[in-house]
Amino acid sequence: MLGWGVDRLRADMSRLLAILFHQGVLDEQFLQLQQLQDESSPNFVSEVVNIYFHESEKLLRNLRGLLLDREFSDYKKMGIHLNQFMGSSSSIGANRVRNVCVAFRAASEQNNRAGCLRALELLEHEYCYLKNKLHELFQMEQQRVLAAGARYPLQQQQH
Amino acid sequence: MMTVDYQRGGNLVSEKKFPVGMRILAVDDDPICLKVLESLLRKCQYEVTTTNQAITALEMLRENRNKYDLVISDVNMPDMDGFKLLELVGLEMDLPVIMLSSHGDKEFVYKGVTHGAVDYLLKPVRMEELKNIWQHVIRRKKWYPKDQNRSPNQDKVDDGAGEGEHGVTSTGSADQNGKLNRKRKDQDEEDEEEGEDGDDNEVSGNQKKPRVVWSVDLHQKFVSAVNQMGLDKAVPKKILDLMNVDGLTRENVASHLQKFRLYLKRISCGGNQQGNMVSAYGANDASYLRMNSADGFGDFRSMHGPGIQLSTTSLSSYPPGTLLGRLNSPGGLTLRGIASSGLLQPGLLPTNQGFTLASCFPDVKVTIGSSSNTISSVTSSLPILQANPQQNHSKGSLVTQSSLRMPSLNQESFDVGVHGSSNFLDRSRCDDSWQSAVQLSAFPSFRHDPLPSSTLRDNISSTTSHIVNSPIDFSSTVSLRAPLEDSRVDMQGQTDFIGNIFQNTTNYISKNRWEENSQNYNPGLNGSFGAMNSLVSGNASSGALNQSMDQRKRFGASMIGQSNSGTLSMFQHPDVENFALDPKMRSNEDVTLEQTKSQNGFVQNNYESLDDIMNAMMKQGQNDASLMGGEFRFGSFSPGSCM
Repeated sequence: MLGWGVDRLRADMSRLLAILFHQGVLDEQFLQLQQLQDESSPNFVSEVVNIYFHESEKLLRNLRGLLLDREFSDYKKMGIHLNQFMGSSSSIGANRVRNVCVAFRAASEQNNRAGCLRALELLEHEYCYLKNKLHELFQMEQQRVLAAGARYPLQQQQH
Repeated sequence: MMTVDYQRGGNLVSEKKFPVGMRILAVDDDPICLKVLESLLRKCQYEVTTTNQAITALEMLRENRNKYDLVISDVNMPDMDGFKLLELVGLEMDLPVIMLSSHGDKEFVYKGVTHGAVDYLLKPVRMEELKNIWQHVIRRKKWYPKDQNRSPNQDKVDDGAGEGEHGVTSTGSADQNGKLNRKRKDQDEEDEEEGEDGDDNEVSGNQKKPRVVWSVDLHQKFVSAVNQMGLDKAVPKKILDLMNVDGLTRENVASHLQKFRLYLKRISCGGNQQGNMVSAYGANDASYLRMNSADGFGDFRSMHGPGIQLSTTSLSSYPPGTLLGRLNSPGGLTLRGIASSGLLQPGLLPTNQGFTLASCFPDVKVTIGSSSNTISSVTSSLPILQANPQQNHSKGSLVTQSSLRMPSLNQESFDVGVHGSSNFLDRSRCDDSWQSAVQLSAFPSFRHDPLPSSTLRDNISSTTSHIVNSPIDFSSTVSLRAPLEDSRVDMQGQTDFIGNIFQNTTNYISKNRWEENSQNYNPGLNGSFGAMNSLVSGNASSGALNQSMDQRKRFGASMIGQSNSGTLSMFQHPDVENFALDPKMRSNEDVTLEQTKSQNGFVQNNYESLDDIMNAMMKQGQNDASLMGGEFRFGSFSPGSCM
C-alpha cells in the first residue's frame, strides 16, 4: 500500500537523521537548513547540499593535489582551502567533517606533512560517509514525495 | 517590505517597520555560506543583495552607498582581504560592517575589531545572531547625526547610550560601549565646531550629505599641513587653512585628525606579535597600545614621526574610529569575546606557537566533546540499524552495514581523538608537534612492543586505526590518533617479515604459499599484524605518491582474484561501487584512494583470515620500502620466525 510506504519512509528518514545526529555527523545547523526550506524555496536543503558536494569535491581534489606533490610546501594555500571547507561544512551542519578540518588545519599550521596526509584521508572518508548518508536521505525524501503524491492525488491538487 | 528609497540618516530608523527591510550587502566567496546566509537574512525579513567578490561589493557600494544599511563580509576572500574591504567601507562609506569567519582565532577577531568591524560572527551563523544585527545600524545613525538637527541629536545620543549599554548580547557589546564613548566625544567636538563656524553644508537639513573621501592627495596635504605645525600643535582650523581645499570643512579635518592621531599612537607602540596580544588580554590600557596593529597597517608602520609619507593604502588602513573607544575600555571586546565563546584557555596563550595551536584546538575540543557524547549513544542506536527493514538494494545494505561498524570505530577513534586534543590542551604543550600531542591517548586494543624505528611508529599511529575501521573507512578516525609510542609491535621477526613483503611482493611464488604460512600464524598475532596492516595501509595511503601505485593495483587485483575469502570478494565490489564518489573524483589520484579503500576493506573486515591481511600488506607494501627505511630484507625472511 502506498500510504504505508509514506509513513514508513518518513519513519526511516527520521531514524536515519537521528542516527546521523547521534554520530555527530550532522549537527543542529542542518536543522536550521531544514527550517529555511519553505514554499518559497521548496528544495533549499538539497540545493545547498548539492552545491556543497560540488565545492567540497573540488576542495578535496585541490588538497590532495597539493599534498601529493613531492615539492609541496604551500601550507598557506592548503590553509585557505581548509578554511573554506570548514566554513561550508559548518554552514550545512557537517559536524564531523568540520572537526577533521580543524585538526587538519592544526597539522598544516605546523607544516606537518604526514599529519596532513592522515588528516586528508580522514577527511575524505568522513566526507564520503556524509555524502552517502545524505544521498540516502534525499532518495528517501524523493520517494516519500512520490508516494505521498500517489496516495493523495486529489489532495495534492487541492493544495 | 520597504520600497522607499530613503537616504541614510533618518527615514530608515524612524520607519515603524524597521528592522524589516533593512538592506544588507552580503559578501562571501564561498557559495554555500553565501546561500545559507542569504536565506537566513531573508527569513529575518531583511533585504539582501549578495556578491561573491569583494571588488564587486566595493563597486556596488561606491556606486550608491545609500542603497545599503549594513554590510556583512567574509574575512577570507581570494580577490581582496576581508579586512581591507572592511577598512575601505568604513572609511569611504561609513557603513557598519560585520565580519564573518569560519574560525574565531583571537588574532582575527582582534584584527576585525580594530579595523572597525561592528561585530565578528563565526560560521555557521545562526538566526538569533542575525536577528540582532540591526542595532549596529541604529547606533551608527545616532552617532553620526551630521545631517540632523541639534536637539533631537542630543536626545538620541542619550537614548543611544542607553541602548548600547543594555541591548547588546553579542560578543561585540563591550566594544560597542567603547564606541559609544568615542562617538559621544566626536559628537561633542563636532557640535562645538559647528556652533562656532556656523554651518557649512553639513547641518542644513538636507538628507544627502556629501561624503568626504580622503584621497591620497588630500591626505598628503593634510599630512604636510600637520607636519608644518607639528602634530601636537595641529588644530583643525589651521590645518584646514593650510590645506586650502574647497569644500572641506573643519569638521572633516577634525575627525580625520583624530583618527590620524590615534592611528599614529597605535603604530608607534606596535611592537607586534601574538605574545604581546596575550598581555593585552590581561586587560590593561597600555598593553593594548602594544598590540600588533597587524598587516593592514603595513604602510603606516614604515613611518616614523612627523615626516611621514602616506599612501592610499595607508589611508585606508586607518580604522574608522574604534581606537579611542577601545583604549577607553580595555577589558573590552576581546576578553569578552573570548570569554563568552568560552573556547580559549588563558594558560595556553604564552607562546607564539601556542597561540596558534591553542586557537585551533579549542574548536576541536569543544566539538569533539559534544560528539563523544553523541557517539557514546550510538551503541544504543545500533540495534535500530540492525532492525532496519531491508533496503531494496545491496548498496543500501552495505551502507547500513558499514554504518554499523562506523559507530564503534568512531567511538573508539573519537574517544581517542578527544583524549588527544583535550590532553593537548591541558598540558599546554603548545610547542609540541601535533602528532606527539596526540600520543597522550591510549590505544585500547593493542599491545605492541616498541617499534624499531620512528618511521614505523609514525606510520603505525596513523594506520592502526585502519584495523578497526569499517570497509569503507580508510583512514578515518585513527589518523587523529597518536603514534603508538606506548603500543608495541611484536617481534623483529614480524617486522622483517613484513619488510620482506614490502620489498619483494613480486617474488612470491604463489598465493598458496601465503595461505599456508598465514594459516600457521597464531591468531593471537592478529593484533600485531593488524598493527602492521595499518602500518601498511597507512603507508599506502601516504605512499600514494609513489609511482609503483600501478604495480600495487595490479598486484592487488591479482591477489583479489586469487583470494579465497568469500567475504573478501563480497566486500570488494560493493565497496568500490558503493562509494558515492562522483565521476569527477575518479581522477588518477583518486583511483589510488579507491584502491586503498578497497584494500583496506579486505584487511579491516577479516582479520580472522590472515591471508587477507597478507594480501593487503603485500599489495600495499611495495611503496613502503623507502618509508620503512630499508630496514627489511627479503633474505632474512623465514616463515617460521613469525609463528
